[in-house]
Amino acid sequence: MIHLKGLLGILFAAVMVMTIAAPAAMADSTVPLPSPAKAFKGKQCVEPADVMRRQHMTFLNHQRDETMRQGIRGNKYSLQQCINCHATADPKIMGGTVRTLQPFCGECHEYAAVNIDCFACHNPTAPLETSENMPLDKMIAAHLGQGNPDVSSGKAGGAQ
Amino acid sequence: MNSSKPFDAAKRRLLSGAAAVAGMAIAPGVTLIAPAEARKAGEAASDKVRWGLLIDANKCDAGCDDCVVACRTENGWQGHDRPATDPQWIRKVNLKDNKTGATLSLPVMCQHCENPPCVDVCPTGASMRRADGIVLVDRHICIGCRYCMMACPYKARSFVHENTSGQKPHMPRGKGTVESCTLCAHRIDVGGTPACVEACGQKAGKEAMMFGDLNDPNSAISKELAKRATTRLRADLGLVPGVHYRGL
Repeated sequence: MIHLKGLLGILFAAVMVMTIAAPAAMADSTVPLPSPAKAFKGKQCVEPADVMRRQHMTFLNHQRDETMRQGIRGNKYSLQQCINCHATADPKIMGGTVRTLQPFCGECHEYAAVNIDCFACHNPTAPLETSENMPLDKMIAAHLGQGNPDVSSGKAGGAQ
Repeated sequence: MNSSKPFDAAKRRLLSGAAAVAGMAIAPGVTLIAPAEARKAGEAASDKVRWGLLIDANKCDAGCDDCVVACRTENGWQGHDRPATDPQWIRKVNLKDNKTGATLSLPVMCQHCENPPCVDVCPTGASMRRADGIVLVDRHICIGCRYCMMACPYKARSFVHENTSGQKPHMPRGKGTVESCTLCAHRIDVGGTPACVEACGQKAGKEAMMFGDLNDPNSAISKELAKRATTRLRADLGLVPGVHYRGL
């Protein structure tokens, strides 16, 4: 009995060590965490960032049907509004001459192996002309500077 | 961040103001472009309204394609010099009576039928009729089978064969889906008129096209329809198109 108890204790300890050690090992893996670009403008999204992160696809899917099929316009969740705020310029995309959603959406979708087809039809670009809010070099720096530390650390925060 | 920005009140006032100016510019008492009433944000299209067009072929000139150009510019479709497969939301049809030599020119687009055969045949429900009578393709669920193109007796729909880029924000279009005239639903929803109607009146100065609510007996289009008989293309098919023609 004593031997069995000791064996169980060792097994328990081994399982605990593996459980604790595994995430640490994963954190060191070769896939870096996504770092979405900071928003082009605006400080707060239509919902808190953690809600948007989990549910943006549901919001957009729901509203797309309402707008397309019932003609309801001007509701809260709009793909166009995503583009207005979140499209940023990146020197790797068309030489940084347009704002696109790739630096924002593409980061997480690539990480999560999600393949969306919104932009097979919707134009993901926006003109740079409203860039007085944030000059081009700042936008590029925002992206290249590994974006939003809140997202990287998993902390919830406003749209940044 | 203001989620209602694309449809804010200032823009709506501007649009309805522009439509009102267009309406007044013609002549006192004659309003060919009847401004549509903008729906409130969050309000669905209603079946109390039935949008339609009246096209007067007598005023239409064979050499003019301003309506086609306006549609192309507004909605961002263009050809690739391949007439058999190029998109064609609106086209000019020129006819000649060989016996008398008389010619006739008219624009033909989606006729926005009350009983649309394109909706009947669609296997996914992508081809649909909105409550206010506008027949649309929901390209989110269109699989590109093109049954609707075969079913349409007006040859109103086309298939996107090419990769698209530079689409207008209000008019997404993509390869592998079917598309057609939307009656400029994005303009109507904020109180505007279709681009072709606007161009015919303002740019070409012909005023051969009229847009309005067929259900409202007091609308300019209804009053005009009541004055003299009009024709609907292939009325024998019983599709009850929303587009009326005069002078055929």
